[in-house]
Amino acid sequence: MNKSLKSKRKNGTKPQNKGLYLRAISQSFVKLNPKLAIKNPVLFLVWVGTVVTFIATINPSIFGSTDTGDQRIFNGLITVTLFLTILFANFAEAVAEGRGKAQADALRATKSETIARKIMADGTTQEVNSTSLRRGDHIKVIAGDVIPADGEVIGGMASVDESAITGESAPVLKQPGTDIASSVTGGTRIVSDDLTIRISVDPGKGFIDRMINLVEGAQRSKTPNEIALTVLLAVLTQVFLIVIATMPPVANYVENPVSIAVLISLLVALIPTTIGGLLSAIGIAGMDRVAQFNVIATSGRAVEICGDINTLVLDKTGTITLGNRLAEEFIPVNGHTMEEVAEVALISSLFDETPEGRSIVDLANQLDVDTNCDRHGATGIEFSARTRMSGTDLSNGIEVRKGAVDAIKGFVRSRGGNVPEKLDQVYEKVSRLGGTPLAVCQKDEIYGVIYLKDIIKPGIRERFDQMRRMGIRTVMLTGDNRITAEVIAQEAGVDDFVAEATPEDKIEVIRSEQAKGKLVAMTGDGTNDAPALAQANVGVAMNSGTQAAKEAANMVDLDSDPTKLIDIVTIGKQLLITRGALTTFSIANDVAKYFAIIPAIFAGTGIGALNIMNLGSSQSAILSALIYNALIIPALIPLALKGVEFRALTADQLLQRNILIYGLGGVIAPFIAIKAIDVVVTAVGLG
Amino acid sequence: MVILFKIKLKVLFVLKVMVQGFIQIILTLILVILITPILGSYIANVFLGKSTFLDRFLKPLEARLFPLFGLKIIEATNTTGVQYAKDVVASNLIMGVLVFSILMLQGFLPLNPTELDAPSWDLALHTSISFLTNTNQQHYSGETTFSYGSQVLALGFLMFTSAGTGLAVAIAFIRGITGKRLGNFYVDLTLCITRILLPISIVGAIVLIISGVPETLSPPITVTTLEGANQVIATGPVAHFEIIKELGENGGGFFGINSAHPYENPNPFSNLFTILAMMSIPTSLIYTYGVFAQNKRQGWLIFWMVFSIFAFLVVISAVGEYQGNPLVNNLLGDTQPNLEGKEVRFGWSQTALWAVMTTGTMCGAVNGMHDSLMPPGGFSVLFNLFLQIVWGGQGTGTAYLFIYLILAVFLTGLMVGRTPEFLGRKIEKPEIVLASVILLVHPIAILIPSAITLAFPETLAGISNPGFHGLSQVVFEYASAAANNGSGFEGLGDDTLWWNLSATFSLLVGRYVPIIALLLLADNMSRKQKVPLNAGTLRTDTKLFTGVTAGVILILGALTFFPVLALGPIAEGFAF
Repeated sequence: MNKSLKSKRKNGTKPQNKGLYLRAISQSFVKLNPKLAIKNPVLFLVWVGTVVTFIATINPSIFGSTDTGDQRIFNGLITVTLFLTILFANFAEAVAEGRGKAQADALRATKSETIARKIMADGTTQEVNSTSLRRGDHIKVIAGDVIPADGEVIGGMASVDESAITGESAPVLKQPGTDIASSVTGGTRIVSDDLTIRISVDPGKGFIDRMINLVEGAQRSKTPNEIALTVLLAVLTQVFLIVIATMPPVANYVENPVSIAVLISLLVALIPTTIGGLLSAIGIAGMDRVAQFNVIATSGRAVEICGDINTLVLDKTGTITLGNRLAEEFIPVNGHTMEEVAEVALISSLFDETPEGRSIVDLANQLDVDTNCDRHGATGIEFSARTRMSGTDLSNGIEVRKGAVDAIKGFVRSRGGNVPEKLDQVYEKVSRLGGTPLAVCQKDEIYGVIYLKDIIKPGIRERFDQMRRMGIRTVMLTGDNRITAEVIAQEAGVDDFVAEATPEDKIEVIRSEQAKGKLVAMTGDGTNDAPALAQANVGVAMNSGTQAAKEAANMVDLDSDPTKLIDIVTIGKQLLITRGALTTFSIANDVAKYFAIIPAIFAGTGIGALNIMNLGSSQSAILSALIYNALIIPALIPLALKGVEFRALTADQLLQRNILIYGLGGVIAPFIAIKAIDVVVTAVGLG
Repeated sequence: MVILFKIKLKVLFVLKVMVQGFIQIILTLILVILITPILGSYIANVFLGKSTFLDRFLKPLEARLFPLFGLKIIEATNTTGVQYAKDVVASNLIMGVLVFSILMLQGFLPLNPTELDAPSWDLALHTSISFLTNTNQQHYSGETTFSYGSQVLALGFLMFTSAGTGLAVAIAFIRGITGKRLGNFYVDLTLCITRILLPISIVGAIVLIISGVPETLSPPITVTTLEGANQVIATGPVAHFEIIKELGENGGGFFGINSAHPYENPNPFSNLFTILAMMSIPTSLIYTYGVFAQNKRQGWLIFWMVFSIFAFLVVISAVGEYQGNPLVNNLLGDTQPNLEGKEVRFGWSQTALWAVMTTGTMCGAVNGMHDSLMPPGGFSVLFNLFLQIVWGGQGTGTAYLFIYLILAVFLTGLMVGRTPEFLGRKIEKPEIVLASVILLVHPIAILIPSAITLAFPETLAGISNPGFHGLSQVVFEYASAAANNGSGFEGLGDDTLWWNLSATFSLLVGRYVPIIALLLLADNMSRKQKVPLNAGTLRTDTKLFTGVTAGVILILGALTFFPVLALGPIAEGFAF
């Protein structure tokens, strides 16, 4: 998992954990405020129980029992244990929140109020406070400025240091008009030249603000699954409340009255305090993990959905293959030499600034091929999706083109030329290698084919194999021809592919998958990806992408690394697994707690044989169960924050594994732990 | 030498008694298993709209009859969950009022050869609600309280409709969770009665008459005994009453002592026959689910899960009865099975088997007194009532099983890294709220009234045995009401205003709250987009998951009642 290490924030903004625990401890007490406590029904009940046992400590006979000072000590111990239970649960939440806050503080530091140069309607600039900027305002920023808000570059060209949000220290070139490099993020710093920017968000709504809100948990609304689980936990609590509330008449009837403190102990032991105490910490920690991966999610819901994703729609370029195809070979046809092909290819790429064009020039240079044509009189013909070719018109009127093979065929025919037979063979050969064939021609003659090689990212195949095991289908989208796409799809191990895809195909693929009831995740960056990002259940936009794409997505990857979609899915699953594992563990614990407390309470009725743990005395049994109940919360905090280790297994294997650890473990562990605590409690004479 | 021989003989005899008893039990269970797929697929065919052999006679009749009530032909009518629930409640309310009126007016109505007067209003209320809810908890003795007319026309009528209601709800529920529309209650009820309950009852009643059960409208017979005394022998239209009592999980006996009465259950054959009638629908309905879900494997897995719990309970109860009462055995200086409160015609094994079956299937008919069961038997019958899924009531039991499956998916399903889904449909807050309601019904309807009653043992309870056993009696009464079982631990003086009214509360809460929740839940599920199965989906038709479900059932269902079980039968068991 060196991937995860790499994408963690590297410099400057590393969250400060110093004082985190001290702050969490003080927060644990702040959270005792009943107004806050009532949000968690399970723990609120413990809270009420603590107050009642506290009263019973001060005056043991207030609820009718007629016991001695001994009772007072016992009640006191119960009160302390219950109080600790609440504190521990509060602490778990506070630590999780604290980590988020530390991260948020680091982010906030980048967002100090600045002076912005606003361009007024008459074209003059005026200095205003950055917080007064509104969506649609135009501003000017010059070298050294912190960009005051998210926006789109509409003029100028400059390099921008985005390390504050991405951790990447190399500055990024920003200029208008391009899809990728025209959006800027508030809080980043412009290091050279100047830009004119149109502000795209109102204050407090920018990415950094969203990120801060999210990691701080300020706007954390519970996710649907969390709400459903809270409901179930509340109902279980109610069931046990009825069980305990109806117990006094039953106990009295069999002439074995039970004191109020003992009843409350049993109640607290039975209600799901462990998961109740850790539930929100798990949720916050999950969001935190996403943020650590340098991804901004618009909601916790989006992270949760990641776990349910059935289909990943992935762009080939940048996700499955390394970003750029490189020229590998010139293959002549029509009886030309390789040098001739190289020269024509070189001429066609004179004005081509794309990495592919550069690599053609490099390859030609490596072959010591140069051209003596006149650059100054020549004009570059840009690539367009319609013509699917680019090239150069020389000053003497000669047209040189390179492009998709059938596009070049058409071009040559339109100029009255012929298509050599060998071309199709070469086309197929290159395609079968998984490469992209580009035909080159001069005037009406095809000279040969440039073999552009695609390099599949190392390790991607294994990732897709994992996905398949988890039941996730991967669909590759590419503009390549069918044969190339098929070869790459097979090499990379994707389940399906769409060749010669247009942006419209993307949304079509998503819709057709969704129609089958599947949830789809995709990444995108261009403006024309926006509808697909909005249509997908999880849309991850690249931070380098357009504003439109980012608005449409429900996550933004600050590192602009499309492979991360796979990591995000894993985080989503891990979040759900952690929640499920601790819920199962918490409920399975009840068996042992029952067997500790019921025989202890009703020892007088002769059911002592149920005391299978052979606990010291009835008081020590009750105390031990309660102490276990309290201590298990801090013991599980690291697991809740870190998340259960995720393995790419099938659902059945995962269930088997986790049921064994958290289900069966949850039944057995407390038997051992309660017995151990009982030994200690008896030894120090508390029981 | 002689002594040694005697001991050997004795051992052989004991062994024979034991082996004989257990072989009877095993053979009965094998028959139950054999019936399951046959009846199960028949029920599925009826409700999937496939043609069945009775259609030829009944379809033309229905085609003429249905339009009178504004119903279209069977397959074409569908309602929402809310409408289905409204129809259930409305029809039940009307039937309840009708029966209550008949009971109160029986003195003026025909078919009353013994000239019985109206019962007290609270007894009539309890009785009508009790039969309306398929419970048949009886705070009276049939032969001395209700006229033939009341028994046959009022109570007998409800025995069909209440069983049909439960079955219809279960079918609607199964339709919903398997993604179909819910159907129409009136159509389903009609099908339940005309295609399943009535035909089997007619055949069954004839079989019972052949085996010696009376079916007559003549008044009780007065005979002169050998000692010359006069004895009145109660009789009546028993056979047809008897079969629907078992088949419909009603359990209300024509006579006070129910299936222990020689006219209700004259011999081992009738005993076996009624056992099969009692077990057939709840077991088969699980298979029916398998057909509906097109996943018979899951149907069988669930069947075997329930069967395992059931077999365990049968074994501990049978062993308990077989070992007998240590107090009695000490007096006898001999080891004898516990035969107190049993019909020697059936013996310890058939009584133990019957007790576990009747409480498991929520039938509530008895062929021996539960009050006299040894503590393991007492534990089993209470455990059955608390859980309601060891086969469970007519229809509703199967539905509760799926509530537990849904809860198990929800609790453990997260551990595979996806939000929980059952049969491809996501389980979200509304479903959890509805399932939770069902989880809450039993604590509310059993524990709360039990606690109130036990708080005033002198004035309210009327318990015949103090201590742990008395506790079991009280808890059993409410558990029997809330689970719509109807059997009693007996020994309670239960025809009092308090018992009648408080048990009525448990009956109503235990019946209608879950039915409404089940229908709404099924409706929700049927409207959900189905998520396709793949390697990442938690499969619910595996042994592992079925085992997990059993764990969830034991933890959620049984642990709730662990304290009362501990203080009732368990404490009683240790006290011996």
